[in-house]
Amino acid sequence: MKVLKTLALTTALTAVAGMAAADVKVGMITTLSGGGASLGIDTRDGFMLAMGMADRDDVEVVIGDDQRKPDVAVQLADEMIQSEQVDVLTGIVWSNLAMAVVPSATAQGKFYLSTNAAPAQLAGRGCNPNYFAVSYQNDNLHEAAGAYAKSEGYTNPFIMAPNYPAGHDSLAGFKRFYGGDLAGEVYTTLGQTDYAAEIAQIRDSGADSIFFFLPGGMGISFLKQYSNSGVELPVMGPAFSFDQAILQAVGEAALGVKNGANWSKDLDVPANADFVAAFEEAYDRLPSIYAAYGYDTANLLLSAVDAADPAEDPDAFRAALKAADFDSVRGDFSFDTNNHPVQDIYVREVVQEGDIFTNKIVATAIEDRSSAYVDECKM
Amino acid sequence: MSPILIAEQVLNGLQFGVMLFLMAAGLTLIFGVMGLINLAHGSLYMVGAFAAAAVAGLTGSFLLALIAALAAAAIAGALVEIVVIRRLYARDHLDQVLATFALILIFSEGTRWIFGSFPLFLDIPGWLSGPVTLPGGIAYPLYRLVLIGAGLAVAAGLGLLISRTRIGIQIRAGENDREMIAALGVDISKLYTIVFALGAALAGLAGALVGAIQSVQVAMGEPVLILAFVVIVIGGIGSIRGALVGALLVGLTDTLGGIFLPELFKLFLDPATATAVGASLASMAIYILMGAVLIWRPTGLFGAPA
Repeated sequence: MKVLKTLALTTALTAVAGMAAADVKVGMITTLSGGGASLGIDTRDGFMLAMGMADRDDVEVVIGDDQRKPDVAVQLADEMIQSEQVDVLTGIVWSNLAMAVVPSATAQGKFYLSTNAAPAQLAGRGCNPNYFAVSYQNDNLHEAAGAYAKSEGYTNPFIMAPNYPAGHDSLAGFKRFYGGDLAGEVYTTLGQTDYAAEIAQIRDSGADSIFFFLPGGMGISFLKQYSNSGVELPVMGPAFSFDQAILQAVGEAALGVKNGANWSKDLDVPANADFVAAFEEAYDRLPSIYAAYGYDTANLLLSAVDAADPAEDPDAFRAALKAADFDSVRGDFSFDTNNHPVQDIYVREVVQEGDIFTNKIVATAIEDRSSAYVDECKM
Repeated sequence: MSPILIAEQVLNGLQFGVMLFLMAAGLTLIFGVMGLINLAHGSLYMVGAFAAAAVAGLTGSFLLALIAALAAAAIAGALVEIVVIRRLYARDHLDQVLATFALILIFSEGTRWIFGSFPLFLDIPGWLSGPVTLPGGIAYPLYRLVLIGAGLAVAAGLGLLISRTRIGIQIRAGENDREMIAALGVDISKLYTIVFALGAALAGLAGALVGAIQSVQVAMGEPVLILAFVVIVIGGIGSIRGALVGALLVGLTDTLGGIFLPELFKLFLDPATATAVGASLASMAIYILMGAVLIWRPTGLFGAPA
């Protein structure tokens, strides 16, 4: 199988916007094939949209497809650092891949800007001055769902997430802000497509509501099977379980569902309106939350590149990143001491607009939320 | 844990098993008759699901979608056999793996090129949706019951085809001694194309049936392919009966293991650790089963002795 992997890799690296004069080289490792592809493609498209809108020739982006496999992500990172000589890495969607790549990349003096994955381990004791999570800390959106469950008066939710670092963060985050009894707590397999066994457990558990974190194809499978199972409990989750691609594939089954998010296309921020319009114009579909993170990450990167060159003056570059001097599509945005954002987290509801299913914000769940692990970070 | 829950989980395991059988049957036939390792079998599953989703989107008919899935996968299978696979029979297994791996990439990128990277919508038809109440008060989705019935019907039909028809005799003869049946005047290349198309059609049918309850997306076949290989190794390579027994064993082990192992660990661990450890062990359960079967019977349950 080794031969096959190497074969697949050599075709996977593609240089985009290649300019001979580029001063700063960015390596994007993200999931462009397999069951998680829609997440990575949105991340890439959001990132490249901001790059295109800035229209600059001093930043070059190299993109690699990790296929949601940790070993492939590590190989891509090595290749990008050693032969492509990138200064900054970004783009990883899945926390198990981030755990495999980020610590070694930052140990080699590279910067890593997370467009998505931000596991607890890297927000607390494992924090690093060269690692910035632009998206959130993994627990955040689940914390908002937990706060929502508490405010709705649910007393016996059944909670479920895949068995990987972000899944553990998810359930920890939900429980932190919910704080009550649970009807059941289940870890599924990452990439699982059949949830009949879990739905039977939910039916048997006497739960009064369901919280689930199942991004990408996993969420589609679960929602379709759930809507056909005859179990009719209220459903909630983080934004990842109800992103734009999932909603189009499950249709009416998700209408009315509440989910925790730090971004929505209707968020009333000027930069957001510009982003949503430009994304629709460029790609002819609505942006997802992953695209918003990609777009913000690119704009943060550009704001720091304006201040300093990461290879020549890493300290000034780092300080410029930390200042977060860019127009975030999420409005107010700043970094806490552990390089994770401080931001408002909202509750969204799934609605239908014409024949498109999408989300709109209905409430603010937590204001100025940082992360639970900020005090453990010593740097 | 109530008896109703256990009964429901057994049904879930059966349903998963018969769908695995549809995949594994084609894989084991192709390996048994032609001696070919076909990694691209998962791509034919995907072709079936995409054809079904496209036709269901255009016509709104689920039955037409199933017919389209069968036809598209069979045609894709026959084309692949004639254009690529035919050149590989005389080569060793590594060449076959390499070429069929290339086919996976071609099929995946081709599908992405035509349909895009985002999952397609394929839903259960209205007359098959919703739960039914079974004796004993078990509420179970009707569609999954239909899947079990359809899978078992296909298994019975395939059994009859292999044991009672002329083409079945040729297939069995081809498994035993391909030079001899060629010498007896059977058009072996036509037989191979038919077997390959038949296996592909079964995979495509599985893709369409399962696509309606899961997500229709690029590379959806690869995880199922790995399980199908486990099934045919357990059942014995080349044996349809072995594929059926192996598929049901894997389906039941995977489903019941995922439920009972975490419960078992809860007896002596705290719930959070127990679910995490149980879930990890459950995902290994089918491979442990495969290991145990191979120690007991190195050629699989119904495999011919080496």
